[in-house]
Amino acid sequence: MAEDVIGVRGLRMRYGDKDVLTGVDFEVRRGEVVALLGPNGAGKTTTIEILEGFRRRSAGEVSVLGSDPERADEDWRARIGVVLQSWRDHARWTPRMLLSHLGTYYRPYSTPERPRPYDVDELLAMVGLQDLADQKIRTLSGGQRRRLDVAIGIVGRPELLFLDEPTAGFDPEARREFHDLIHRLTDMEDTTVLMTTHDLDEAEKIADRILILAAGRIVADGSADELARRVNKGAQVKWTVDGQHFVHATTDATAFVRELLAANPNIEDLEVRRATLEDTYIALVHSVESGVGTGPIDAFAEAG
Amino acid sequence: MTNPRSQALRIGLRRGWTEFLLSLRSPQDVWFYLFTSTLAVGFLWFNRNNPIEGTELLYTQVTLPSILGALLVFGLYVGPLSTLALEREDGTLLRYKAAPHGMVGYVASQAVYQTAQVVPSVAVILVPSMLLFDGVGPLGLRGWLTMLAVTALGILAVLPFGLIVGSLIPGSQKGGTWGMLPIMVLFGISGIFFPISNLWGWVQALAQVFPMYWLGLGMRSAFLPDAAAALEIGGSWRTLETVLVLATWAVVGLTLAPRVLRRMAERQSGSQVQEARDRALQQWVR
Repeated sequence: MAEDVIGVRGLRMRYGDKDVLTGVDFEVRRGEVVALLGPNGAGKTTTIEILEGFRRRSAGEVSVLGSDPERADEDWRARIGVVLQSWRDHARWTPRMLLSHLGTYYRPYSTPERPRPYDVDELLAMVGLQDLADQKIRTLSGGQRRRLDVAIGIVGRPELLFLDEPTAGFDPEARREFHDLIHRLTDMEDTTVLMTTHDLDEAEKIADRILILAAGRIVADGSADELARRVNKGAQVKWTVDGQHFVHATTDATAFVRELLAANPNIEDLEVRRATLEDTYIALVHSVESGVGTGPIDAFAEAG
Repeated sequence: MTNPRSQALRIGLRRGWTEFLLSLRSPQDVWFYLFTSTLAVGFLWFNRNNPIEGTELLYTQVTLPSILGALLVFGLYVGPLSTLALEREDGTLLRYKAAPHGMVGYVASQAVYQTAQVVPSVAVILVPSMLLFDGVGPLGLRGWLTMLAVTALGILAVLPFGLIVGSLIPGSQKGGTWGMLPIMVLFGISGIFFPISNLWGWVQALAQVFPMYWLGLGMRSAFLPDAAAALEIGGSWRTLETVLVLATWAVVGLTLAPRVLRRMAERQSGSQVQEARDRALQQWVR
């Protein structure tokens, strides 16, 4: 079994008299890409900031690369990459200047297996900023700036990378390139990635595992497929007979279709649609937030 | 393997120099230098023929060193204060917090950047004044050395407090209240534009608590003949007192600054940056 890079047990966070996290438990194993999904205000950013060592938790046990982020030293920092939401910092600098400057902090931590920092030109090419390398950062668009943030996050060749809403403001092409970059990092560099996102499609595409955070705890944990299968066992069957459309919801699509085809030879346009991640997500979050479905979801979380 | 901490210190010093060079090429900063230069030199120009009663000295001769002392305090306090307040909000600080020993580098870069800026801020006023007016400028080698020593003491006494207050204020919008306001008050009471002895006793006492009065006095001692000391409190340049007061500020500032900065850095988070951003955007909309 692979070693845990992140271990969280009973994590709680309280701001004033408001509980944001009420008991979060999860692990992330080496080399995994894990997406943390959840509605606005669910505590995704709080969770990731606690793991980054940027925020003190109220209670619970947290271990990141073998250390408690609250007490971790600067050597621990060197092994971690954080992609921050930048805004207008270093406006007068160029991407090349800033990357080579920030990269220098990691030079003392270079090892033969993990040379640090990344070569600046290689990094600029990886995030598609090679043509803008010597322009003032001020002149970059929102998406270009975000790509620079990603480059800064990985300049120290981290073993563990945190990304908070990494593709906000990306166009589809930049988003595709970003996904390729994450694949490359995990395949070639054995980097572990924990990201928060709003984008279900993105989570499905790049994450090995999805955690859904709602009402202050993890309500689901599994691959996109597993989640869809477990939460919403049902499927929708659609077909046409003599130009007439039919739709039927069933829990056992295979048996239903077998009977349907046997009974009616004129079936056309048969379509079986399993619940998507989006259906699962909406169903889960809705039931947790309305407090109706806590029973089944607890059962589900235990099963996972 | 190089020591990561001393490596970070070196990177920071280099960053400070880079920031300084970028600032010299930035129209915004160049305009600011020209603005203060025009204001100060213009003020002296309109008073260029005014004598100081009871002496052989001209108003320009006495006031130029006082203005330089006051501007040193202004630059070394408001400069780091506003930079820090802004960079806490725009994510710069968080970037360095995310890097190993990044905060060491960041603070080193601020020290270099803010110190380097002293040179152009003094030069843009001193050089044109020396060209335009008679008998102004440091007196001989001793005068120049005194000016350097006073400047160095001023940097140590004031710069840490700029960083401390910049760490403590709740947001960059408060920069005016915490940065400009105290400086403006000190401008008025520190004997910059008129002799401090014209003021009530308690105001004189208050002014002598703060570095601005002493920097002005130190600068005057570098620029004026010894006879001019007769105009000062106690009829002396009070060199020893100047060193003691400024050194006290320096020791207190340099002791407090690391603690305050560390505490501030610990509290930095992405959500804070996000909140500041939302706040600023809302202000734009209003």
